[in-house]
Amino acid sequence: MAKRTPLYARHLALGAKLVDFGGWDMPLNYGSQLQEHHQVRTAAGLFDVSHMTIVDFPDPVATRALLRHLLANDVARLYPGKALYTCMLNEAGGVIDDLIVYDRGAAGYRLVLNAATRDKDLAWIAPIAERFGTAWRERDDLAMLAVQGPEALDKLAAILHPATLAKVNAGRRFHAVEADDGLFIARTGYTGEDGVEIMPAAETAPLLWDQLLAAGVLPCGLGARDTLRLEAGMSLYGSDMDETTTPLVSGLGWTIAWQPPDREFIGRAVLEQQRTAGIPQILVGLVLEQRGVLRSHQPVYDGDREIGLTTSGAFSPTLNRGIALARVAADAGDRCQVEVRGKRLAALTVKPPFVSHTG
Amino acid sequence: MSSIILPELHYAETHEWALAQDDGLVTVGITDHAQQLLGDLVFVELPEIGRVVSATEGCAVVESVKAASDVYCPLDGIIVEVNELLADNPELINQDPYGEGWIFKLKTTSTLDGLLDATAYQAIASADDEEDEDSGSLTDPRLV
Repeated sequence: MAKRTPLYARHLALGAKLVDFGGWDMPLNYGSQLQEHHQVRTAAGLFDVSHMTIVDFPDPVATRALLRHLLANDVARLYPGKALYTCMLNEAGGVIDDLIVYDRGAAGYRLVLNAATRDKDLAWIAPIAERFGTAWRERDDLAMLAVQGPEALDKLAAILHPATLAKVNAGRRFHAVEADDGLFIARTGYTGEDGVEIMPAAETAPLLWDQLLAAGVLPCGLGARDTLRLEAGMSLYGSDMDETTTPLVSGLGWTIAWQPPDREFIGRAVLEQQRTAGIPQILVGLVLEQRGVLRSHQPVYDGDREIGLTTSGAFSPTLNRGIALARVAADAGDRCQVEVRGKRLAALTVKPPFVSHTG
Repeated sequence: MSSIILPELHYAETHEWALAQDDGLVTVGITDHAQQLLGDLVFVELPEIGRVVSATEGCAVVESVKAASDVYCPLDGIIVEVNELLADNPELINQDPYGEGWIFKLKTTSTLDGLLDATAYQAIASADDEEDEDSGSLTDPRLV
């Protein structure tokens, strides 16, 4: 049977359309995916993302050494409260998963990994952590709620303890705060909007969910989450990158910390070879010039030459256009054609994000 | 998920509806049940006027936020009119699948008698719903 989050009963009561996502019964939408998308771009939306994998490493010193080896970005860049987006690579430089690391100071580090990759991630991490003598614990006792949108922080004001609210308001993007009662609130998300990801104890999550709805935050499903992240140019693991692609061919070169040169993180040797030899492909954004929808796995052409494939595609509700991420030859020009149902449709090549939050 | 099925229409098991008009043309669209399965529609690829189509031939495509899906012609005939409003307002199919959301009109010598009546289509739609609840699956067999 599929796994269920602590908010499963809430989704049922709200009439959500439920789908299987990485072995979890998750809400796809609560009626209209388009409305939910616009809600997050213009006001605030609430997502149950409790299916995500949370892993805590309580020992800051041992874990720092472990993570500097395990991850392509460098946790030496962190300080207490700061978050870091990174890939976890195999020896061939392929992406096992992408994740966020939070520096919790004396309390160690927290990793948030994808749901569908949980088993292989933990199987990868466990022996390496053992070699470093680092303790870790999966936090399946925690839920995770994302409140996203330009009004997200205003809406939180109605439900947070004043002392916690003050901490959140004093915090910055891509930082996390921990309330006196232990509630973990990170200024992160997967929508391109300002907002937070809150990690309450599973048993208190339904109450928090109810309070957020009462404050006027509307529930949003994974369907809207996908179009929001795509508009924001954020990668989706398993679509835009996987174990066969390096960050360099996935638009994620910026997440690799090359300095210092003597930091031996897993996959480094292959990445350096690829960088020296020349990166054969790049991940670009495509915007359809005419009305239509792009999907993943559609061939991309430059005239007669097939130059790549789309990796994610959707109809952008904000732009009212078909958009996609595509892995194409590194010498691709600024125009291309995407094959949709046997027809070649003209598209512009752009550098993501497609939609920028300016607030 | 309950959907509206109008008694005066004829239906195909692939979720199209057909209505014989007074002028002899047949109007075709997709059912309320189909639009609910698909979710918000964002693009409609309309057939060319004058195209000769056979029954069960794919002749239009509706794309939702989720997937693209063929619309099959329920009868042999010729496409004589398409709903141009759908080009900029595909959501008309979600809002009014049996009215403003019609897709094309067909000139045909076939009768609608070979199609399903509302009761028979209701049985198909209900079976779909049960299956949907059982599996919670994203996959509608019509989605390509």
